[in-house]
Amino acid sequence: MSHVSIQVGNRADVHYLLRIADACLILSQRLGEWCGHAPILEEDLALSNMALDLVGQARGLLTRAGQLDGQGFDEDQLAFLRDERQYFNPVLMELPNSADGAGRQPGDFALTQLRNFGVATWLQLLWAALEESRDVEVAAIAAKAVKEARYHQQHAADWVVRLGDGTADSSARMQAALVVLWPYFNELFVDDEVSTAAAAQGLGPTWGDLKSDWQAQMDEVLADAQLKPPKPSAYVPAGRLGIHSEHLGHLLAEMQYLQRAYPGGKW
Amino acid sequence: MTQSPPPLQSSACGRLEAAWEVLRQIPDPEVPVLSLWDLGIVRDLRETAGGLEVVLTPTYSGCPATELIQDDVRNALARFGTVEVILQRAPAWSSDWISEVGREKLRAYGIAPPGRVVSAEGQPMRLVHRNAMTQLACPRCGSMQTERLSAFGSTACKALYRCLACREPFEYFKPI
Repeated sequence: MSHVSIQVGNRADVHYLLRIADACLILSQRLGEWCGHAPILEEDLALSNMALDLVGQARGLLTRAGQLDGQGFDEDQLAFLRDERQYFNPVLMELPNSADGAGRQPGDFALTQLRNFGVATWLQLLWAALEESRDVEVAAIAAKAVKEARYHQQHAADWVVRLGDGTADSSARMQAALVVLWPYFNELFVDDEVSTAAAAQGLGPTWGDLKSDWQAQMDEVLADAQLKPPKPSAYVPAGRLGIHSEHLGHLLAEMQYLQRAYPGGKW
Repeated sequence: MTQSPPPLQSSACGRLEAAWEVLRQIPDPEVPVLSLWDLGIVRDLRETAGGLEVVLTPTYSGCPATELIQDDVRNALARFGTVEVILQRAPAWSSDWISEVGREKLRAYGIAPPGRVVSAEGQPMRLVHRNAMTQLACPRCGSMQTERLSAFGSTACKALYRCLACREPFEYFKPI
């Protein structure tokens, strides 16, 4: 494996799958940062296990995207040799675990759980829709992943309620995390030619198709958690177009370091 | 309702039978009391021109044992020629595919076997309140006085419980 950066072509189906694969991969990397640092041992296990599920889901989709792209890239090359602008995850996934960036170390547990809840809610709806994909490989990945995502969603929802409807401090921190993350959720549901083309091909749903169900499930749990959804925001990040926050470059530097320093190195 | 595993095509011819015998004995690397066969991940074994082709269905998307399992299968069957391992995702593996023998082995080993999978399709999300969780029998003393300690355990497929009667912690193989 060479260390030279690679670029995928412009096929809509490849970009559609990479948007999902990258969402799983980048959130997995963020959750991995908690390993050994979570506030309780049970959460250390939970966050690491969820990171593992997410990386497994990403691997399947990266492999499929590489096949459709047709340049011979495998899952490892796609994960470790793409630069920032070639990553198509929503910006939400790459935000540091702490709302104020360098603030709490290793991160803000409230923000981590709330993001996990929002993402797992989105992913379980997305995987359920992808089970009907005309691409049999994608449908097979989704059939497995949907069960994992449901477990993640329940687990995170449990925490959102426990912290939101908890002490004055936990509730204030949960509400603060909600304010920070709220505008970033917008990106999950914005359509463009990539998602409409994928839907037209029968590859998967448009992003907008998932919005009302996602909103309903979020509202239900936020109400249970005594949290108040912030006002809608017009801000829409463009991570899916490869335009990222300042955080992704740092994340990739850490994630890709070994392959860049020792090209083709194997475990 | 979960899908039943697809029927296995077995052949009576000697070489393939011998290979099946070997394949049925390979232990799962993470739960060695179970064989890959008990776990229900072996889908098919076929003869090819140069050797054998084994079809496996992975348990969890990110199960780190998947690669190890493939190596174990290749090594165990090496004397039959070239062994190709094919990972087949569909239909997705379910803990319902763990055999009855496998369930007994798990229990005897101190791991509570998974309950039957209830389809989550179309069901509303339900918060897991601590007092309303699945009641499990302790695999050691059989008491129903057990509680969940952790939703995730030492491997992706297990959760951690404890028995309030005999005070022993135990693992629960999650239904999926």
